[in-house]
Amino acid sequence: MKESLRQCASWLHTWTGLTVGWVLFFVFVTGTAGYFQFEITRWMQPERALVQPRALSDKGEAAMDHAFDRLEQVAPEAANWRITLPHESLALRGWQDLAIRWEEMPLPGHERGAIGTEQLDPVTGAALPPGPEPRATAGGRGLYRMHYELRYMPYEWAIRIVGVCTMLMLLAIVSGVITHKKIFKDFFTFRPGKGQRSWLDAHNAISVMALPFFLMITYSGLVFFLFQYMPAGRDVVYGSDQVSRRAYFDDLRERQPRTPHPVGRPLAPTAPMMARAQAEWGPDQVRTITIERHEGEPPAVAIARVYGGSVDFWNPPVLRFHADTGEPLPPKAEPGGSAVKTQSVMLNLHEGLFVGIWGRWLYFAAGLLGCAMIGTGLVLWTVKRRKHHLGSGREGAEAFGVRLVETLNVATIAGLPLAVAAYFWANRLLPIELADRGAWEFHSLFAAWLGTLFYALARPLHRAWIELLWASCAAYALVPVVNALTTDKHLANTLPAGDWVLAGFDLSMWGLAALLALMAVKVQRRLAPADRPRPLATLALEEGAA
Amino acid sequence: MSTSASSTTKPGGLSARYRWTVASRVAAAALGGYALSSAATVLMALLWPAPKAQAVLWATMLSFVIYTVVVIWAFTTRSATRAWAGMLIGTAVLAALAWLLKNGGAQ
Repeated sequence: MKESLRQCASWLHTWTGLTVGWVLFFVFVTGTAGYFQFEITRWMQPERALVQPRALSDKGEAAMDHAFDRLEQVAPEAANWRITLPHESLALRGWQDLAIRWEEMPLPGHERGAIGTEQLDPVTGAALPPGPEPRATAGGRGLYRMHYELRYMPYEWAIRIVGVCTMLMLLAIVSGVITHKKIFKDFFTFRPGKGQRSWLDAHNAISVMALPFFLMITYSGLVFFLFQYMPAGRDVVYGSDQVSRRAYFDDLRERQPRTPHPVGRPLAPTAPMMARAQAEWGPDQVRTITIERHEGEPPAVAIARVYGGSVDFWNPPVLRFHADTGEPLPPKAEPGGSAVKTQSVMLNLHEGLFVGIWGRWLYFAAGLLGCAMIGTGLVLWTVKRRKHHLGSGREGAEAFGVRLVETLNVATIAGLPLAVAAYFWANRLLPIELADRGAWEFHSLFAAWLGTLFYALARPLHRAWIELLWASCAAYALVPVVNALTTDKHLANTLPAGDWVLAGFDLSMWGLAALLALMAVKVQRRLAPADRPRPLATLALEEGAA
Repeated sequence: MSTSASSTTKPGGLSARYRWTVASRVAAAALGGYALSSAATVLMALLWPAPKAQAVLWATMLSFVIYTVVVIWAFTTRSATRAWAGMLIGTAVLAALAWLLKNGGAQ
């Protein structure tokens, strides 16, 4: 390997990308869907009512009174109380109603007590019975969690497999950039209809377009499980056993053992505290009111703002008051310094919870570009190899490897979307009473995916591409139809009601169907102009020469 | 990668020797690189000017940068032997420094 840096980087890029491309494609597809996990879950629980956006009335004070009454009744000896005021939550992507939560005093030998929660009616203060039990489903959360814990294997293995793939992706990105010396010139180069060149140009353009996103998502993905992947620092400085790990986190979070005292209704009126919060943050910005008391500290009322408005997502501003006198208390210092801050910013950028709905769409689009980058990269490898083999006059010894990669490419790039659609179909079609229903939704996904693999093995390659892409397209186009046939939460109802989460899901299915149709038409035009069973390679060669 | 890359990725015949050097280099990069990055992380965690726990977090967050750079170096250096030498010597030096800092110092 006495080659230049650029050539070595090119080799590294090719092989790191190829070895993990399929796993990464799976991770990107499920992770991209995960950006809408709450919306997907809502769609997968059609028993839940249509949600009408509600504004917090000026009855906030009354609601709080009701909540305190109820807390005094159900949790007179609690370590802390928390009231959630009605608000639109970014963290859970939806409207949160008035709710109370309390923690019982910890039992001897325990650090924390049992947690209780209740939903309250904001007008009467009565505890609301839980709504109709929605069908069992793995939901959007199931898709989202699969992007790092995979399926059918222990969690510890899965995160390590994904970790290795992520590390190789980071290497592929960095070596790709080194390979690519004229990064911006090439970005504006696109030569359509030129076989390998076009694939290369497309791969370049897509990769450069969202390069900051890819770097961010890859690196922050590693940071999520950093001590699983790189335990050396912590293990040497603190130790590798359970106790030392705990000591490390306590140290990092500057956690001191504190003894809680039972709390009660604040003696000071809460109205001025709420007025102060409103003056600081504007109307309807209070998320929770927490009452807590620790030994040696005054009883405190902590008023927390709704999440959002900052990439430091999970640390919204908090106002603290003395529960007996109403005096403002100094804010709590955030533990961990710049290290913890940096880490949480990275993780928040990865999860993208801090952005509103349009930011979510931007994340979703970037995720799709990631799928496209990996997909074009995988296809480019085969197009290039085909040409290489033909050029060297070795097409007879036609590599098993190339055929294998081509088959896996079809089954992954055209087949996985079909499998995800099968997940949604299964949600509507599996019997409601089926035991372990969520697991069967996953089984449906993987059965469909395996089916596409057999299909890709059985059909001539170019037919497999075209037919599976059209099949995926049909599978998505029909999701809203299946929905309309099996539930009442379909477009004819959700659109007039203005329920954009449910309507948006159905419309997005058609959007994805359109995207897959576009791909199918493109591939069809490229691969089967005369619909003769010619090998893909001949075409690639002709296109390359054209 | 504007010029054709196909001729640059593989020299003519793929001899067994070539395959072994590639495999050796991959091992040097993956395993040797991981050892080197681990040692560097420990040393950084001991040297970083912050409270102990935060220093560990900083060092570990940066460890993936180190690993990336080390792997790319392993693939761009002249030979697989050099790659192995770099990994082993680097790991030994960093680990020795870390050991001195932790056990020879005030602690």
